[in-house]
Amino acid sequence: MDYPERWEIDDDPSLDEAALLEMLRAMLEIRGLEDEIQRAFTKDLVRGSTHLCTGQEAAVVGACSVLRTTDSMVCTYRGHGAVLAKGASLAATFAEIVGRETGLCGGKGGSMHLTDAGVGAYGSFAIVGAHLPIANGLALAARQQGSDAVSLCFFGDGSTNIGAFHESLNLAAVWSLPVIFFCENNLYGEYTAWRATARVDRLADRAGSYGMPGVRIDGNDVIAVRRATGQAVERARAGEGPTLIEAVTYRHRGHSRTDPAKYRPDGELERWLKVDPIRRLENLLATRGVSPERLQEITAAARDAVRDAVEEALSAAPPRLEALYEDVYA
Amino acid sequence: MAKLTYRHAVARGIAQEMRRDDSVVFLGEDVAAAGGVFKTTGGLLEEFGGRRVRDTPISEQAILGAAMGAAMTGLRPIAEIMFADFFAVCWDIVANEIAKMRYMTGGQITLPLVIRAANGGGLRFGAQHSQAIENWAMAIPGLKVVAPSTPRDVVGLLAASIRDPDPVIFLEAKSLYAVSEDVEDGEIVDTLGTARAVRDGGDATIVALGPMVPKACAAADELAEEGIRCEVLDLRSLVPLDTRSVLESVARTGRLFTVEENPRLCGWGAEVSSIVSEEIFGDLTGPIVRITTPHIPLPSAHALEELALPSAARIAETVRKALAS
Repeated sequence: MDYPERWEIDDDPSLDEAALLEMLRAMLEIRGLEDEIQRAFTKDLVRGSTHLCTGQEAAVVGACSVLRTTDSMVCTYRGHGAVLAKGASLAATFAEIVGRETGLCGGKGGSMHLTDAGVGAYGSFAIVGAHLPIANGLALAARQQGSDAVSLCFFGDGSTNIGAFHESLNLAAVWSLPVIFFCENNLYGEYTAWRATARVDRLADRAGSYGMPGVRIDGNDVIAVRRATGQAVERARAGEGPTLIEAVTYRHRGHSRTDPAKYRPDGELERWLKVDPIRRLENLLATRGVSPERLQEITAAARDAVRDAVEEALSAAPPRLEALYEDVYA
Repeated sequence: MAKLTYRHAVARGIAQEMRRDDSVVFLGEDVAAAGGVFKTTGGLLEEFGGRRVRDTPISEQAILGAAMGAAMTGLRPIAEIMFADFFAVCWDIVANEIAKMRYMTGGQITLPLVIRAANGGGLRFGAQHSQAIENWAMAIPGLKVVAPSTPRDVVGLLAASIRDPDPVIFLEAKSLYAVSEDVEDGEIVDTLGTARAVRDGGDATIVALGPMVPKACAAADELAEEGIRCEVLDLRSLVPLDTRSVLESVARTGRLFTVEENPRLCGWGAEVSSIVSEEIFGDLTGPIVRITTPHIPLPSAHALEELALPSAARIAETVRKALAS
């Protein structure tokens, strides 16, 4: 029911090879950085927790690929990939997670709070569902200022059962706000399977309650994600209001760094690893005639970029102690 | 100069700022077409139109989220939470999101927004529509907390709050909406963090906020007839707190009484009392006394609510007894 119907992903002739390779690069970099973050935490380079999006790269990369810098994006604590996909630098992202002065927020945010306003990444939020109402506000401001900018809001399947989800979709519909509500359904809300917490077949069906379109797509198919988000963005820019997208995907790792995900049925992970979004995009590129050598080059370049970013971040200083009282006003 | 009610001062303050700054927008439940359930925002929709003055569904999280998101990218929203009690259904947006955004993003994002609410008791609304929540707001780093006690202050402090670059919780005293005074014409802009002495006296300092200010004044007037002269300080905002004015006054009088509408535990008076004890203990000539609502949900019945809220008589009696002992 949630598993992709076909392994191959459909090509989109309107996308040139450069666009596809760009999405591959972004997905590889996110995958690589998440691996480094996991390593950094297990080596106790940083404390706290971390929530990796490994396996969900197609969702954030495909959706952000149709945005402009002036469009806004908000996401969840599982948001490293989304912030990178919106254009944040690898080094500043990693530096934030390991608590360095050069981090996106000077080290005051951490793994769950990545913000890069300069690229339109207006925050990753660590309270489930809290940012859906905020996405509306970003859209309202754009409208009010006469801009055609849109607001993209990533959230998980778990958020669809919290009150703020319902308040937000309703208000966005009532005010015809240019918001794309993008649900990354990775099958688990924390440690619990999503189908144990809802009685609808498709979370996208909930859109009907608010009078907006809802679509369910294969979230491990970057082309499908890009197409669906593109249509929603077009609607939003044209003043036709919000859309709910449910992109079905899979979290390769547990909820957080301390979760070994033992609640997953035997064989489930292995089954989903077969539909890894990166492998599927590489396969599509191969069918387009891109050589294995070229793909290897791109993989190597991504690996190098991640390695350099990690080195740069780890060599940066921790925040100055005076920063404790900076940006304090009340 | 003309008579202005506390109620109409709200619309006047909002209108004053909306005229000078196109980025100011106003949203809330029943605020536009109906002019507010307390009739505080009448005329704004007619003057500024439906794009800038917006009715919302009954969705407090959505209201505050919309205000916050809009403030992130250049608007200066004013959001209304109809009764301050309803902050409890959207406290996540207030405490976890709005209050922390500037700090957590390393200063990338500031939130110039005002959240207005009708606060406190005195109208027999019962326990879910009568709470004075200033101490909730004061407990969260990252929120300014303002509470005017007069129509003129509503206009001036509201203007200052709207022009402030950071989030302000603006608590209107619902028991004062009908109060009026002469207020000058023209623009009024006040300054946050400035207490005002509203009665002079050298025997004791009574510090009060919002609707407790007129009660403290009535008590001071009663005591003055007996020869006990009290200085009454209207704090006007809890954050920023004008500690200098409080300390100067208490250093002069030697005695401090706080009059708080919020329930007793962790009320703002405890904080003021702690500051005074730490800073000028040697100047005190007797114990600090807090006059508060007891630590109970507010009852609805007239006789019980009257008993619970600090009254002029209770304030006067408390001061009289303390100074006599």
